[in-house]
Amino acid sequence: MRITARMTLALSAAALALTVGAAQAQDKLRIGTEGAYPPFNNLTSDGKLEGFDVDIARALCEEMKAECEFVTQDWDGIIPALQANRFDAIVASMSITDERLQQVDFTNPYYVNSLVFVAPKDSELDPASIGSISIGVQEGTIAAIFAEKTYPDADLKAYPSQLEAWADLGNGRVDAVLADFGVQYDWINGADGACCEFKGEPVSSDDKIGIAIRKGDTELRDRLNTALDAIRENGKYAEINKKYFPFDIYGE
Amino acid sequence: MSELASVERPPPPARTWNRQRIVGTVLIGIWAALGLGLIAFLALSWNQELFERYAPNYLSGLIVTIQLVTISIALGALLSAPIAYARMSKNRLLAWPAYAYVYFFRGTPLLAQAFLIYYGLGSFRPQLEALGLWTFFREAWYCAILAFTLNTAAYQAEILRGAVESVPRGQWEGAASLGLHKLRTFREIILPQAMIVALRPYGNEIILMIKASAIVAIITVYDLMGETRRAYSRTFDFQTYLWAALIYLMIVEALRHAIEWIERRIIKHLKR
Repeated sequence: MRITARMTLALSAAALALTVGAAQAQDKLRIGTEGAYPPFNNLTSDGKLEGFDVDIARALCEEMKAECEFVTQDWDGIIPALQANRFDAIVASMSITDERLQQVDFTNPYYVNSLVFVAPKDSELDPASIGSISIGVQEGTIAAIFAEKTYPDADLKAYPSQLEAWADLGNGRVDAVLADFGVQYDWINGADGACCEFKGEPVSSDDKIGIAIRKGDTELRDRLNTALDAIRENGKYAEINKKYFPFDIYGE
Repeated sequence: MSELASVERPPPPARTWNRQRIVGTVLIGIWAALGLGLIAFLALSWNQELFERYAPNYLSGLIVTIQLVTISIALGALLSAPIAYARMSKNRLLAWPAYAYVYFFRGTPLLAQAFLIYYGLGSFRPQLEALGLWTFFREAWYCAILAFTLNTAAYQAEILRGAVESVPRGQWEGAASLGLHKLRTFREIILPQAMIVALRPYGNEIILMIKASAIVAIITVYDLMGETRRAYSRTFDFQTYLWAALIYLMIVEALRHAIEWIERRIIKHLKR
């Protein structure tokens, strides 16, 4: 009886702590990102975050004179983590979709994305007639949803992160990988992606990427939008764009 | 003699409401209320559209989970017998590799093992092709079966070894004195007694495997958990996870009853 009572007490206390822990003061801005999506947000070998998203977030923080702290979070839990107040904004190349708009608010887009196929150089893949090939995608991305809708006959393989999808393209477990233009561009120009190239034109375009914030956090959204306009004006955005891509990613 | 027949047992001690009993009852009450709240939440947030869209996915995920666990537990059982034998052997050439096998597979996470077999071996494609093994390792399903089989074989070998060693030496000696062959002694005398000891640990191992199988989604096998994560990534509705938890709970509960039923049957002769 005594042990049972104590155990129950401990478990109840733990359950209580879980619900209370969520409320915290917010004196600086916490930015959530995935950290497995080069060249937008990825961890270097010594554990530092780098990439286009990270540089943009730093530039915005500098513009807003806010102190920023980065938090990395797996992609499939990134929206719940924002809602649970683990961080205040997601800067992780997140597409603005209707499903996500039901859960979070978005700033104005900070770049425009398209989806493109990458496959081995000797492959005769034609995006216009996909048929029943196997396609690697990252789970929970718009590439996964697009492929599911558009290529019902294809064998879709969904990976927890983009890196594993490419690994399986490299060793031939999938015939092609469908993903954002920017990440695919970076990968085929790197050492691991030397096997592969773009196949055809992007299959979907005009996919807008924004910064996600909690619903109703309009003050932060306005501050971020103002800062975004400012870095577009003062050339900071163009500088970061040039650092990663030889083309204009903003897409006006 | 008549007084012996009508032995009176002392009355049970009166159950008073002391402090511990009150605290315990209140806390159990809170937990029961939380449980009921959860069920009420699921009932109130019932979403027909969501159900119709994802129920078939959950069903196919459930089938994958059951297939994966059944096949790997069965193959693991086959593999565990020689490992347990080698582990008990006095020959060091047999005992040490078996020890190393069990040490490695029990000492490292199943997640790491599945990852190494799928992505790790995947980067040795030319070598595997030369050996003619690539058609096997190309498929995520076979890699998952392999990883789970190797893992559970290590645990099952230890269960088997512990159970066989728990049977007293006298049983072996008695059988030997009757001139019974060692193999027959094992099959007809030792094993039935060992299985009584091993049944509960086996049940635990199956339950642990069912829950551990939730990791296969990382190597693109869509089990129940994989389908749940997919549904969640489309809806952001956390009741998708609650449903998965309920389904896992029901499988484990069914399994628990099955094991108790088997136990009642095989220990019949020990009950008075």
